[in-house]
Amino acid sequence: MDAQKLDLFPQGKLPITLQRICHQLIETYGDFRDVAILGLQPRGIYLSRRILRVLQELVPGIKLLHGELDITFFRDDFRRRETPKQPNQTKIDFLIEHRRVILVDDVLYTGRSVRAALDAMLAYGRPDSVELLVLVDRRRKRELPIEPSYTGIKVDTVETQRVMVELEEAGGNDLVYLLSRED
Amino acid sequence: MPLSTRHLLGIKYIEREDIEQIFETADNFKEVINRPIKKVPSLRDITIANLFFENSTRTRLSFELAEKRLSADTINFSAGSSSVKKGETLLDTVNNILAMKVDMVVMRHPMPGAPVFLGKHIQAQIVNAGDGTHEHPTQALLDGFSLREKFGELKGLRVAIVGDILHSRVALSNIFLLNKMGAEVRVCGPPTLIPKYIHSLGVGVSYDLRQTLQWCDAANMLRIQLERQDIKYFPSLREYSLLYQLNMPLLEQLGKPLVIMHPGPINRGVEITSEVADSEQAIILEQVENGVAVRMAVLYLLAGMG
Repeated sequence: MDAQKLDLFPQGKLPITLQRICHQLIETYGDFRDVAILGLQPRGIYLSRRILRVLQELVPGIKLLHGELDITFFRDDFRRRETPKQPNQTKIDFLIEHRRVILVDDVLYTGRSVRAALDAMLAYGRPDSVELLVLVDRRRKRELPIEPSYTGIKVDTVETQRVMVELEEAGGNDLVYLLSRED
Repeated sequence: MPLSTRHLLGIKYIEREDIEQIFETADNFKEVINRPIKKVPSLRDITIANLFFENSTRTRLSFELAEKRLSADTINFSAGSSSVKKGETLLDTVNNILAMKVDMVVMRHPMPGAPVFLGKHIQAQIVNAGDGTHEHPTQALLDGFSLREKFGELKGLRVAIVGDILHSRVALSNIFLLNKMGAEVRVCGPPTLIPKYIHSLGVGVSYDLRQTLQWCDAANMLRIQLERQDIKYFPSLREYSLLYQLNMPLLEQLGKPLVIMHPGPINRGVEITSEVADSEQAIILEQVENGVAVRMAVLYLLAGMG
């Protein structure tokens, strides 16, 4: 069984894409007053940390709230899996009541994680608005009516393929690639 | 990693890895129960029957709260107000309750081994909430979790269990758990209240409270279970208090930090004085808080195995 890797951001495109997304965020949110960025555990937190860093570089002195949300207890496949998923930490030391929330995840696929996140988030209050930011949108595989507001790249994939995101924040080399297995 | 067992019948029957996983999951639930909204929907399609054939305040409330925080449906049963009084057997009572489509059973029973017996005859998953003088696994888990929170890890820790060891399911479950996690255990109490074969469990024995407290990092003070004592094991409570009570003068003489635990209910002025029970060194109320998180972890992990 061979695995083929397809680099989704070749020739150093990843930083450019991240800059583009951050500029879009600045366009929407201006001074980021009352804005909270929530990275989804386990892998969305690294992208959210990077977004935060790029925003801080682009707008020196910017102040925004940042948290990390675990959705394990809100998943809809509990007891439908072989074994329960091991939960991760939630770190949110503020309320999202009356705030504008940006949910951040690395890959959007079926949309079920985002649904669980929308649910999990409500434990911290009722936000004024929620937008979704993803680095890779695997199109045409959605099982729920959920679409991202900010996207790094859209890709068409089949079920046997996997999208791997290895950011520096997670000890990787800033590599994002599509893994295809050939039997 | 799934747990190695479908039921939690006792600490004796689970592995060290199970205990670690329960602790790690309880960390997450502790964070959940400190949120503004303390509820998660994980167990919303599960019905749990709390069967209490013996009195309980803390454990019953703690389980019930854990179940509610996980969004499970619950039904409660206590022997005092049931058909048990009319001569129904345990198996009949439980089978009737299970016919109402119950997924899990949390049971406290005065007979040692009752949950093990039940596990052989019913499909539903069982959590032992205390069976006579045998085991009280969730209490040991929350005691271990509280110690881990206080000291970082259990390995190498010296823990004393003081009092009525003979009648204590808390002591037995704690011994199993602390041994599995690599802690050292010493029991202390009047010779008549120390079981004859206690050495076979790999614990030290002492009849001297002062010596024991000097040795240990944490002391778990147990209540004298008069309701289980069919004969006199010591001359009087007054004498017991003189020899085995943890009081302020004794604590001050030790001249070292000592973590004090108590599984409740406390008999103030017998095994522990009010001053000590309410002191900074006592983590009795932390134990109660951790109890909810630990029970949530147990129910969540078991339910996940269906």
